[in-house]
Amino acid sequence: METIILFSPLVGAIIGGFGWRLIGEKGAMVLTTGLLFLACALSWIVFLNFDGVKYPIHIMNWINSGELDTSWSIRMDRLTSIMLIVVTTVSALVHLYSWGYMAHDENWTENERYKARFFSYLSFFTFTMLMLVTADNLLQMFFGWEGVGLASYLLIGFYYKKPSANAAAMKAFIVNRVGDFGFLLGMFGLFYMTGELKMDDVFAAAPALAETNLHFLWTQWNAAELIAVLLFVGAMGKSAQLFLHTWLPDAMEGPTPVSALIHAATMVTAGVFLVCRMSPLYEYAPHAKEFILIIGATTAFVAATIGLVQNDIKRVIAYSTMSQLGYMFAAAGVGVYSAAMFHLLTHAFFKALLFLAAGSVITAMHHEQDMRNYGGLRKKVPITFWAMIAGTLAITGVGIPLTHFGFAGFLSKDAIIESVWAGDSSGYGFWMLVIAAAFTSFYSWRLIFLTFFGKPRGDHHAHEHAKESGLVMTVPLMVLSLGAVFAGMIWYNVFFGDHAKLVKFFGLPAHAEQMAEGHGAADGTGHAMTETQAEAEVTADAAHSPDMGPSAGVLALPGVAPQGAIFMHGENTVIEDAHHAPAWVKVSPFVAMVLGLFVAWLFYIKDTRLPKRLAEAQPALHRFLLNKWYFDELYEAIFVRPALWIGYTFWKKGDEGSIDRVIDGVAVGMVPKFTRFINKMQSGYLFHYAFAMVIGIVGLMFWVLLNGGSN
Amino acid sequence: MQHLLSIVIFIPAVAALILALVQRGGSEAADRNAKWLALTATAVTFLVSLFLLTGFDPSNTDYQFVEHYNWIMGLQYRVGIDGLSILFVLLTTFMMPLVILASWDVKKRVKEYMIAFLLLETLMIGTFVTLDLVLFYLFYEACLIPMFLIIGIWGGKQRVYAAFKFFLYTFFGSVFMLIAIIYIYYHTGTTDMPNLLADKFPYTPLHILGVTIPGGVQTLLWLGFFISFAVKMPLWPVHTWLPAAHVQAPTAGSIVLAAVLLKLADYGFLRFSLPMFPVGNMVVGPWAMWLAVIAIIYTSLVALVQDDMKKVIAYSSVAHMAFVLLGIFSGTQQGIEGGIMMVVAHGFVSGALFLCVGVIYDRMHTREIAAFGGLAKRMPSYALIFMFFTMANVGLPGTANFVGEFLILVGTFQVNTWAATLATTGVILSAAYALWLYRRVVFGDLIKESLRSITDLSTREKWIFAPMVAMTLILGVYPDLVTDIIGPSVTNLVENYHEALPDNLLSDLVEH
Repeated sequence: METIILFSPLVGAIIGGFGWRLIGEKGAMVLTTGLLFLACALSWIVFLNFDGVKYPIHIMNWINSGELDTSWSIRMDRLTSIMLIVVTTVSALVHLYSWGYMAHDENWTENERYKARFFSYLSFFTFTMLMLVTADNLLQMFFGWEGVGLASYLLIGFYYKKPSANAAAMKAFIVNRVGDFGFLLGMFGLFYMTGELKMDDVFAAAPALAETNLHFLWTQWNAAELIAVLLFVGAMGKSAQLFLHTWLPDAMEGPTPVSALIHAATMVTAGVFLVCRMSPLYEYAPHAKEFILIIGATTAFVAATIGLVQNDIKRVIAYSTMSQLGYMFAAAGVGVYSAAMFHLLTHAFFKALLFLAAGSVITAMHHEQDMRNYGGLRKKVPITFWAMIAGTLAITGVGIPLTHFGFAGFLSKDAIIESVWAGDSSGYGFWMLVIAAAFTSFYSWRLIFLTFFGKPRGDHHAHEHAKESGLVMTVPLMVLSLGAVFAGMIWYNVFFGDHAKLVKFFGLPAHAEQMAEGHGAADGTGHAMTETQAEAEVTADAAHSPDMGPSAGVLALPGVAPQGAIFMHGENTVIEDAHHAPAWVKVSPFVAMVLGLFVAWLFYIKDTRLPKRLAEAQPALHRFLLNKWYFDELYEAIFVRPALWIGYTFWKKGDEGSIDRVIDGVAVGMVPKFTRFINKMQSGYLFHYAFAMVIGIVGLMFWVLLNGGSN
Repeated sequence: MQHLLSIVIFIPAVAALILALVQRGGSEAADRNAKWLALTATAVTFLVSLFLLTGFDPSNTDYQFVEHYNWIMGLQYRVGIDGLSILFVLLTTFMMPLVILASWDVKKRVKEYMIAFLLLETLMIGTFVTLDLVLFYLFYEACLIPMFLIIGIWGGKQRVYAAFKFFLYTFFGSVFMLIAIIYIYYHTGTTDMPNLLADKFPYTPLHILGVTIPGGVQTLLWLGFFISFAVKMPLWPVHTWLPAAHVQAPTAGSIVLAAVLLKLADYGFLRFSLPMFPVGNMVVGPWAMWLAVIAIIYTSLVALVQDDMKKVIAYSSVAHMAFVLLGIFSGTQQGIEGGIMMVVAHGFVSGALFLCVGVIYDRMHTREIAAFGGLAKRMPSYALIFMFFTMANVGLPGTANFVGEFLILVGTFQVNTWAATLATTGVILSAAYALWLYRRVVFGDLIKESLRSITDLSTREKWIFAPMVAMTLILGVYPDLVTDIIGPSVTNLVENYHEALPDNLLSDLVEH
């Protein structure tokens, strides 16, 4: 069944993409969408029936070379099953929604066929995303990782006639490659140390890695920390974390269903998934976790500040996505992987909802995306309006404080904020996230107020013709609204609230005592490693000495992979501590939310002149935020231009100026003679001579060969 | 099949001979016959070479299909293949029918053109299978002649300069190999490669003119071979002949050059540098790896700013060949297997990319990037194929190139983390230049008047691409097809290489 889930989108993509001339555009759309709903249904069956015990499914071999042994296989555990429902549900709904959204696209002329291509790309994306989440080894995960990158590139640049779309697509791919650079190095290091890339073997080696040093570049590093950070760099690229985030806002050039599926609900969460998947490694890399916390919390804050002032409706949601991803990383950074996954799940529903609703507004407004030209739309597009409200209530975290009753984001975001309070003694993460929560509330309600309230602004023609989208678009909105409202309350206990249920859900060792024992065993291995530590370090160094020759698997030490889909070190009691957080901590995100809502109301309902006045009062700050902290300009100046300049200099001064000049100096004297030689050759005779010579040699050898039997 | 290997070598030559002696050139019918004969000969060669594959026993690391005859003047004709060379042979026989098909529209001196390519095939296969040093040199050098003629006669506007440059560079390089071979013959009295591999050359340090040469004779011999291969490869800083040659060569010439001819050097590294001169490799190899790292970054940056399509791909070839060197010289199982994988993958992909350029060159008679834009609208099939090979070129997982690149870097990381890290930046830069090229040529709106009536791929062109697409994907998804064949031979090579290194290498090299 898992194999059917995995491959049905691929079948749809291939037949839809290559065979649409035979089955028609409609046929391709029916096929891809149908297969996706099939995969979705099966995923829910798998998810609901899954009992927490992991099992692998081998498909076939992949790269095998020496000790390197990887295969195409599926790793079924709780994390996989969560990701399966997230990916297939959102993807199926987005496929359906695209029937309406892509029906009439003004970027194409009458006789151009684009729908089959679009649906095939969507299905292809789904396939690669499923490959990513089901991978049983890091290499297959990297296949999915790059595959979703390709799909994202193709879909961002879907309107290939638009220069801005092409630029955005390239930027997305290249910036992601910077992240992949880290991912690759992480895998190299891991293979060098353990001789393995298979998840369970890597997990088993994690305690030993934490006790070993790896000589990388100029110095010795703790192997676990180094590998954990390198893998996280990959995650930063995919999940648009600070410094590698610049591609995500530009990616909004793609059609809106793409933004919902790839750049909100699924692909961008791959980084979070990676960190959670590798939790047995991260638990042994405390400094790497600190780094993740700081990057995550800072990203949440920075993205939220930029979101405050953007005017493009999709860009506001894009920055909101980036900010929410920061939350998830912050949770993983303090070791509460289940909370990160919880927010990943709820965020997938409400963020896909927000994007699709925004898409519905954009369709209604004839592809106008500037919120300054919206206003008063709640009567024109009522279903979209209520869907958007549901999404906003979810993302801003509306609920009843100190109870577990509220919209999805209320439970998952608060779980993160409490965890970070408990896990980060410095308070940096906590305050960043709380401030970001206030900003989130502000920009989310600002979006609502600008779009649906007040008087219509901009082109009145567009406003007059604005009408609600058809059923194929509104049904996905309703389904996702259900998720945005209820997902948090349904799954709160298994992800965060109830320890016993959490343990069962993720397939961790059954009881708390046993869990401690399990950790004890893991620690025991760790201590055993300590004794062999000196030896291991010697081995690591020896591998670099020439007489032994290099070999992978410096650490050929036995170990057992921890049970369950996530792993929390014995000393990791953050969830417990979070549950016992004081009331003011638990209430603070709520207060922040109310504050944001109030200011948004003040600015955009009560007195609409206030925002302008504030912007005029603080012009520098406003420009700074409006220009996204000038990251693009900075990178242009320190990476893009120098690279081009160096390339040009190498070419003109290096290749042509230095290397060729030497050779040409010799050549100048001989070229005229040479020209005559070639001319003669072309006149016939010399050409024949040259060939006669070669043929002669060959013929001679041939003769020897035939007469050679006598030897 | 006692003579199977010789049959594979000589089918193209026989066809060339028939063309030269029997066929009268000039008329249209004669041209057509020449093309069909060449296509048939190369196709038959490929089919026969498949018997090499089916009859090959990967677990046996000795030479197989060996043939041995004495020749004139004490020279010998000795051929055979092992896990290291078999894929080079198959790559050649696989690519040649496609190359002939790609030149179906050639108008000028068709007969001679076909003769040149057929001879080239015989010479290239010969280089890969010969087990005699002198014969190796003859084949290796003789490859120059047909390629020189292909560029010089059927090339573009500055073909004479390019052909000359190509000839001068590579000929200059091989002089050093010739000297090394002569020394070997005088020193050991044999040119038989299996014997030479068993006999290790002395590595006591030499003192020449007050300069101490660690690794002694081995280092010098290693250098002699290396210089020749480095030019052929080509390695920075002796790479500039390649862009010039590619730009001027006809499409089919570029395909052969990139897909097979450059691989003569990689084969040489595998056959000579590592197994024959292990100590020499230990002493100088790390420096060569640094040159490769420079090459990857340097040429990738240069590729970024080119305005000629062929130059972008030519520079990208230089970078990818540097990857191969890195893998082989790492001396690890993964690195070497990755190197061979990359050789095969790069054969398909660079060949296909040059063909992609050829396709639109045939239509528009320019390779200037700025002359194109928006081709996706008129040429959807072309856009798809070009996208596929662009992605393969940047090493997307699922393609054979990724397998090669990954294994190479994994292998390199085990011996030198700096080199591996710097080389890995190549994955970022390659994405930059490849996508930038693709974007300017294929994406955008079709606004140039001259492109309004451009036609999509013809059926013939699609059939040329199809096998390369299939192989790139198949080997990318199931690389065991390659690694199973080469694995034992590579293991053998790696083990012998490390055994041959003296225990206390550094002290041995410094003292004495």
